This record gives sequence, C-alpha cells and structure tokens, in this order.
Amino acid sequence: MKKTKWQVLWHQIKANRIFYLMMLPFLIFFVTFAVYPVLKAIFYSFTDYNILEKPDFIGLKNYAQLILHDQIFIKAVQNTFIIALFVGPFGYILSFLVAWLINELPHMLGTIVTIIFYTPSMAGGAMVIFQLLFANDSNGYVNGWLLKYGFIDSPIYWLSDSKTILPLVIIISVWMSLGVGFLSFVAGIKNVQEDQYEAAAIDGIKNRWQELWFITLPNMKPQLLFGAVMSITGSFSVGGVADALVGFPSPSYASHTIVNHLNDYGLIRLEMGRASAIAVILFFIMIVSNLLVQKLLRKVGT
Amino acid sequence: MKKNIFKMDIEGRSYARRNTRSFAGNVVMGVFLAVLGFLFFFPVLFMYNNALKPLNEMYMFPPKLFVRNATFDNFLDLFRVLGNTLVPFGRYLFNSLFVVAAGSIGHIMIASFCAYPLAKYTFPGSKFVSKLIVYSLMFNGTVTAIPNFITISKLGLIDSYGAIIIPTFASTLGLYFMMNFMEQIPDSLLEAAKIDGANQLKIHFTIVLPLVKPAWVTAFILIFQSLWSSTGDSFIYKENLKSVSYMMGQIASGSSVGIARAGVLAAATAIMFTIPAVTFLLMQTNVINTMATSGIKE
Repeated sequence: MKKTKWQVLWHQIKANRIFYLMMLPFLIFFVTFAVYPVLKAIFYSFTDYNILEKPDFIGLKNYAQLILHDQIFIKAVQNTFIIALFVGPFGYILSFLVAWLINELPHMLGTIVTIIFYTPSMAGGAMVIFQLLFANDSNGYVNGWLLKYGFIDSPIYWLSDSKTILPLVIIISVWMSLGVGFLSFVAGIKNVQEDQYEAAAIDGIKNRWQELWFITLPNMKPQLLFGAVMSITGSFSVGGVADALVGFPSPSYASHTIVNHLNDYGLIRLEMGRASAIAVILFFIMIVSNLLVQKLLRKVGT
Repeated sequence: MKKNIFKMDIEGRSYARRNTRSFAGNVVMGVFLAVLGFLFFFPVLFMYNNALKPLNEMYMFPPKLFVRNATFDNFLDLFRVLGNTLVPFGRYLFNSLFVVAAGSIGHIMIASFCAYPLAKYTFPGSKFVSKLIVYSLMFNGTVTAIPNFITISKLGLIDSYGAIIIPTFASTLGLYFMMNFMEQIPDSLLEAAKIDGANQLKIHFTIVLPLVKPAWVTAFILIFQSLWSSTGDSFIYKENLKSVSYMMGQIASGSSVGIARAGVLAAATAIMFTIPAVTFLLMQTNVINTMATSGIKE
C-alpha cells in the first residue's frame, strides 16, 4: 500500500519525537515571550494605538503616513543606511581580522586582548567618555589638544555641528561593533583543527593569506553566518549612540536613525501603532539585507 | 585519532606550518594589533583614570588624561553611600547575583536542548523553527515591550525575580550562538555514541555540551552582561528586590547629580564595568579544551 503524504509526515514526526520533546521547554518560552509579542506588534502596526485605549484598526494608514508624508522618517532611513553601510562591513571585517590575529597569540595573552577589544561593546556607559573627549568647549580633550598644538584657533563644535555628528556616531559604532560576532569568530577560529593546517602546509600553502582563504574561512562558515546576522541587526539598530552622545533629537536630525524615530513614537508620543509600523519596516530591511549577505557569504573559500 | 607525526613549537604549531608565517608579516600584524588595541582600550583606561582623580583634577583646564595625584576618595565616598542605604547593600547584591545565576544557567540548559536537534538533524518543522529564531533577533524590542509587559503581569510575575529571569529563557541570542557550534560536531561521534547505547540525555551531557564549551561559556557571558545591567525597570517595584545596577543608577543620577557627585559616579561606573569584565576573563581562561585541542577528529 502506498503511503499518503500525510502518513509519511506523521511517520517522520513520530520517529523524531525525542527532538520535539527536547525543544518543547524552550519553544514554550519562545512563543510566549518572543513570537507572540512580534505578532501582536505586527497587528498594532495596522491600528491607531495609544497604549491606554483599545487599538483602532486603520489599515495601511501608518505605513502610508511614514513613507509618503514623514520627511523625518525618510531622513532617518537615509541615515540608517549610511550608518549600516559603514558600520556593518567595517565592523564585520575588523571583528574577523582581530579575531584571526588574536588566534596567533599565546592563550593567556590572547584572552586579555580579546577582552580589550570586546570591552567597548560591553561598556554601555562609556559614552560619557566620548562626551568628555569631544566636548564642544575648549574643556573637551580633543579640542584641548588641537588648541594646544595650534591646529585650530577656536574650539570645534563636534557635538552640535550637523556635519560632524554622523561621522562621530559611525566611528563610535564601529568601535562598539566588536561584540557577539567577534566572540563567535574568536571561538570559531580555535575550533579549526590543527591537522588541516598541517596538511595544507605540506600541500603547498605558502602564506597566511592562502591559509586563511582555503582553510580557516571555509571551516568556520556557521560562525561567519552568525557574525553576519549580528552585524546586520547591530548596524541597522544604531540609535542609542547618538542619544547618549548628543541627546534626542540630534541637532537638525543629523544622526536621526530608524530606531530613534521608532523610540520617538513608541516612548515619547505613545503612538504604538506608528512605532510598530516602523519596527515592521525595519524588520523587512534587515531580512532582505540578511538574504543578500548570506548569498555573498556562500562564495567564501571557493 | 591520527598520530601526530609533526613536532610542535611552543604555541602548538607544527614546524611544517611555521613556513606559512614570515617574520615581517608577524611584526606588521603585531604592530597593527597593538595600535588598534590601544584605541579600543583607551576609553576604558580613561574611565579608570577618571575614577582615581580628585575632584579638582576632573574639571581642570587644560584637561589632563592621566591622573596626577591618584586618590581612592571617590571609591571611599561611594562605599560610604553604599553603607547608608535603606535596604542593605548585600540585599541588592544578592538580588543581582541570584537573577544572573538562575537566568543564565536556566537559559543555557533549556536553549542547548533546543539548539542540538536543530543543528544536527532535519525533521518536519526544523527549518521553520531555525528561521524563526534567526528572524526573532531582528525585531525591535521597544514595540514588543507592551505585549510582553501584559503577558508578564497576567502571569502574576510583576514584583518577583521571575519577571526578569523567565523572559531570559526565551532569549534567542545564546541559542543561535550554540546552534552554530553544534553544527560542527562530527556526525560519526554522535553515531558511535548511539551505537554504544547512549540515550539523548547522556549524549547531551557527555558529548554535546563538553564539545561546545566555548559556545555556552560565551552564551553565559552574554546573559550575565544583560542581566547584570538590568535595572528591572517596569517589572520590579519593591526596593528589596531591586538590583545593584538600579541602585548604582540611583546614586549617580536624580537630583544629586552634578559636580559634587561626579567622583562617586566615576567610581560607580568603574565598578559596574569591572565585574562583567573580570567574569569574562575568568570564564575565557577556562576555555582551553576546544574541539581542535581535545583530540576529537572525524
């Protein structure tokens, strides 16, 4: 007797029941605290919702308002893409390069160097330091030095000039981008087996670059994909840096990002419907970038 | 296991492989790492320096980077404040440590059980769940906060440790991280264990978890960081359930902020930063046995 499609599926499910059982505890929490809120937020994005009153269904009005009438949102999208285009690739390559160099160091020193590079992403409050460094008046360290050595005559308004804010935000975001992806690279490189390198050295690998391209990179594809997801989510979610550095909103919206815009509607104006629509748009931007990057990464080591 | 026919140098690298490293290359890479490392370490150095500065040096012109008359006054001031809190400091510390321990251990256990089947096997729904986990990392937290708050309050978890700990179990970052490392466990090893009659539970604790130690140690650090810095915002109202982060934030902000408390703030920042950093150092130095060095080969 030929089995139907459903019987085959049921058979597969039964054969793998131990795996479903293993996944069950996590999935219960996951659905409750991660999937359900996202679905709810997607629903809110089609409503007018001020948190206190019941959401009012308005169809696509939130999206239409954002895309057609909200100049600041368009500015925010532009800024976000500029930031992501710099911070994403730079942070990613820098993370890998540093992780790769750390692997050449003896274990203990390597660990300390790992922490040095990781700390900026850990130190949430470290922004105070940049405020002191780039303070507008001559008390700022950077202005202080530039004045002392005669590069400038009067202090530069680093944190008020709309021309200098965005570059500063980018630099600080790159500086903070050696985070989780970086840690996965450090651990992933250690997982590459030594005898592969030995075999490659005998087979005629001449220098460290060939070794990197033909052995190291293909062996850590899972970590490379993970790092890519992390840098996409990180670089498109930049927002806190500008907040902490120049306050909200940034002067003439110079460093206003999608996340800043979202927080403006969600936390200040309490228009959750609009904020949810922004979150959904950001979500799709990230998914598309992720698909593009994954395609690119498949070429590694070939 | 293949017998190693190559002699190793101090760093465990074979002589054959050493030919792939030029001296000039090593120097260039070393200098590059050192310069970059300074740029990354500089703000941290600055933070510790600031904590050691007496008040008059903090507001000096022209500004000086390094402290001249180092003093522990800022820390002493901070400890004086900590000694006078309404709820004893030990209670805040206990709250923080309890939440960190329960949250991170619970998360690693629950998440590793879910990550392993997803990483090593294909079965109906496995692809879908993996995708869901990756995509859940991409949704902004601000708009999910309201539905989450309603769920947590309906579960009656407001004003309990559970409000902070239980949502942590649903965190996907650590799970996704572990999943990536589990993919690299050789199939032959798992097959062998199954033939020897080991059940999934035994395989999990004797093969999977030891092999991906670097992954779950890192996951632990990530959870540690996020829970350590959690202030409990809208979930915890009872003062005796609040965390160290919350209390430090209270000392440093509010009406008391200003020049008078700048020193205390610098000391508090330094301490709050040092604890996760030291934990990280202790955990990472324990991760020596990875798949590459533990002799497990396909």
